[in-house]
Amino acid sequence: MALLRHTTPEIKERSALTVNPAKTCQPIGAMYAALGVRSCMPHSHGSQGCCAYHRSTLTRHYKEPIVAGTSSFTEGSSVFGGQSNLLQAIENIFTLYEPNVIAVHTTCLSETIGDDLRQISQKAKDDGKVPDGKHIIYCNTPSYVGTHVTGYANMVKGILKGFAKKTGAPNGKVNIIPGFCEPSDMAEIRRLCGMLGVEIVMVPDTDGVVNGPLTGTYEMFPNYGTTPEEVGTMGDAAGSIGLGRWATAEAVNYLDAEFKVPGKILDLPIGLQATDRFVDALRKMAGVAVPTAVDFERGQVVDAISDYIQYLHGKKVALAGDPDQLLPMVEMLLTLGMIPAYVVTGTGGKLFEERMNALLKDVPYPCKFKNGEQADMYLLHQWIKTESVDLLIGNTYMKYIARDEDIPLIRHGFPILDRMGHQYFPTVGYKGALRMIEKITGAIMDRMDRDCPETKFELQM
Amino acid sequence: MSTTPKNLEELKKELLDKMPTKVARKRDKAIVPGAESGETIPVIQANVRTIPGILTQRGCTYAGCKGVVLGPTRDIVNLTHGPIGCGYYSWLTRRNQTDAGEDGDNYIPYCLSTDMTENDIVFGGEKKLRAAIKEAYDNFKPKSISVFATCPVGLIGDDIHAVTRQMQEELGITVFANSCEGYKGVSQSAGHHIANNQIFRHVIGTDDTPVEGKYKINLLGEYNIGGDAFEIERIFEKCGITLLATFSGNSTITQFRQAHHADLNTVMCHRSLNYVAEMMETKFGIPWIKINFIGAEATAKSLRRIAAYFEDPELMARVEQVIAEEMPAVKAAAAEVLPRTTGKTAMLFVGGSRAHHYQDLFREIGMETLAAGYEFAHRDDYEGRHVLSTIKVDADSRNIEELEIEPDPVRYNPRKTPEQIKALEDQGVRFKVYEGLIGEMKKEALIIDDINQYETHKIIELMKPDIFCAGIKEKYIIQKMGVPLKQLHNYDMGGPYAGFVGAVNWYHEIDRLVNTKVWSLIKAPWNDNGPELEAAYVAD
Repeated sequence: MALLRHTTPEIKERSALTVNPAKTCQPIGAMYAALGVRSCMPHSHGSQGCCAYHRSTLTRHYKEPIVAGTSSFTEGSSVFGGQSNLLQAIENIFTLYEPNVIAVHTTCLSETIGDDLRQISQKAKDDGKVPDGKHIIYCNTPSYVGTHVTGYANMVKGILKGFAKKTGAPNGKVNIIPGFCEPSDMAEIRRLCGMLGVEIVMVPDTDGVVNGPLTGTYEMFPNYGTTPEEVGTMGDAAGSIGLGRWATAEAVNYLDAEFKVPGKILDLPIGLQATDRFVDALRKMAGVAVPTAVDFERGQVVDAISDYIQYLHGKKVALAGDPDQLLPMVEMLLTLGMIPAYVVTGTGGKLFEERMNALLKDVPYPCKFKNGEQADMYLLHQWIKTESVDLLIGNTYMKYIARDEDIPLIRHGFPILDRMGHQYFPTVGYKGALRMIEKITGAIMDRMDRDCPETKFELQM
Repeated sequence: MSTTPKNLEELKKELLDKMPTKVARKRDKAIVPGAESGETIPVIQANVRTIPGILTQRGCTYAGCKGVVLGPTRDIVNLTHGPIGCGYYSWLTRRNQTDAGEDGDNYIPYCLSTDMTENDIVFGGEKKLRAAIKEAYDNFKPKSISVFATCPVGLIGDDIHAVTRQMQEELGITVFANSCEGYKGVSQSAGHHIANNQIFRHVIGTDDTPVEGKYKINLLGEYNIGGDAFEIERIFEKCGITLLATFSGNSTITQFRQAHHADLNTVMCHRSLNYVAEMMETKFGIPWIKINFIGAEATAKSLRRIAAYFEDPELMARVEQVIAEEMPAVKAAAAEVLPRTTGKTAMLFVGGSRAHHYQDLFREIGMETLAAGYEFAHRDDYEGRHVLSTIKVDADSRNIEELEIEPDPVRYNPRKTPEQIKALEDQGVRFKVYEGLIGEMKKEALIIDDINQYETHKIIELMKPDIFCAGIKEKYIIQKMGVPLKQLHNYDMGGPYAGFVGAVNWYHEIDRLVNTKVWSLIKAPWNDNGPELEAAYVAD
């Protein structure tokens, strides 16, 4: 019997109800971004349930400590304002936990009542609750606007507003805003930049923070993440590259508007072409030549595609996730000769539609996609029930569809609650592309081995 | 790190030393010693507001209401009225296992939300809520729809009760709402109370179709995490006890509707369901007793207590037979692990009930509990229900509704006369009694309410337990310190731990955790060594 047994192929128009969302709310993205700053305590200005949920979800995704403070609103503060809660919290956090930075984000509660974070932060400083050399940064993350990706974008901008400066002495570096991706992806982006010999400042950088070692000593603030000093140099950079429009445009545009640092917004470098665009942009922005070691890695990806495309050609895929991940993923599937038959993302924005239409224009299959409100996994499942697919790509919640419909699932995106790997192995860059091709061919071939008649069972593939 | 045992005052001093004065003063009242061997039970501060920025384990009222109490009922469609997060994070994250039964209704794998956007905050979300209820009905045709408020709902003034009343009329099914905004009360606890009130008001006792069966009972405050309720159901069936309704693991709305036919309510999690137990006694005349199916001995004791209540020799004999059948496997498992677990120490900081219940299981394998506490329990859970009349409801919890219950003019039927109750009490069946956590813990133990990250870190350093029990947020923090953490909310995906089978599972699991090799591998082989030059031999 099916787990999602009440889902039928018959699609009834919905205008108010979301079922099995392909998104979550802003503050978790902000919490994640704040973790990418060194010695930073994320702080949730709202009632404590949000903070508990966001910490739990990030912890389940990474199997790592995720700490954050909360203002713990009561009914009284919800009516009269949360200033005193936040002031107390700031004092308690600096006294007990001694971070270098507190990064405050909001929830639907504090946003609805209209707490003014700029004013409260100033008051905390004026009242001497922020020790010398320590910092409060903040951003507004109303849960009823956008999604977790929006929250990430808002916090990255908040970090820049808090620390980025311009001295007027250009440093020749490239600013990288890596988007909402894994610590392993951030590490791979850093490695790729290193191969090109491009000096970068990347913020946020959660590598080492949410995928750290077990040493017998718990370090609440590991020696990883971007330092405020590094962020402080970003106004002097030669240019900025944002990877993923939804997650990084705010930050890239801020650096341009505030410090005249020219920005380029690219896709997350998932797949061959998106990585090519990233490498080429780096080459031009930093004025460097691409070394042969990078060509070598790239060539391995082309080689792998030519070796295995016969197994992938024409296979249909259903995807759910965040737009910044989905667009390059769709492009990669097309490169592999696969058909991105159905795509949903709860994150809105007209651009998604335009980009998808452009990507799909030559695909000989009536692909369906939807983003924004009611673009949920319930709808995706209904499409699948009408005409099935060969592969699913998405987060752990897709496993219910995978089991019901007997379709292999590749876990990708956020959150992954039931498998390991995403913390440690990238899906971006040429190395990441190889890993994705390995996963996709593995899933398809395992299914062939499982389902084919004995006479067609092959030793070699 | 100190290794000499310290007394409570010394420990407290180390825990509180670094805190701002005002904070230390508040926290001081939340830390007390145990009172196992007849000492006076100390007063503990509990169920008060969380200190901002302290890094609490606590969640919110919505989590207590939707996430805990009402979420696990498989054939009620739960609709979250709010922005997407609340519904999303409570989607399949508590392990309430469910058997969809013959009718097949099971909405547990679905997350339904009105997904409020800016427009709804500005112009109100009632219209959207009404439409969402209709769309939920059109898509799923459920027996009932339950609506849950989130933080902004109360602030913008959406009247969710008016909307659900209207929709109940329009759709002809039970539709009810819960005003469980996250900021209400100080923790999940307020949400339990709100859920109790609404399930009592709208569902319990609304179906008078008689239920067949001998020894009819309800199980209150059991959520079937990791299949606990399945194991308890198995034991009841073996004993010939008829379980009408479990609140709310593996439950259906029909079971709730018919729950008033039971002759006894048994309370597992006192914190979350004692309100329904009390209200059912007042309205229907059903007495309640506290039971505990965590621990093999506790399970046997609870079964005997139920049998004693029914005063039927046949049931008593059957219960003894079941215990006799089940115990050998339990004893064998305990004997197997005891040499490896005896003398080890544990700490438990969990929700509102397990920090107490699980101490029995540890005791059965020779392990002592050094420290324990709850996130959101009240003083009665710590000190025992006899302190109820002395508990002052403070400003933060005053707005949580208390229902005024009267005996039902038709359905009230006292199951026992006052004389029978008295006679049973003389035999040791105690009604409406819960002794609480403190009276069962050693004088040297530390009891801490609403423990925070700082105190957690400190007591581990000071008291060095062999295992720490808490939740997902603590798990990896503590394991980084080289101390295994057993999750007692989601069982680390294990379980069941209730009943006889559960005890056996637990013994093996704790043995694995405290003896697994990984904790000895933390240091690299070269950690204690400086440079060495063995390669020099090769060069010779």
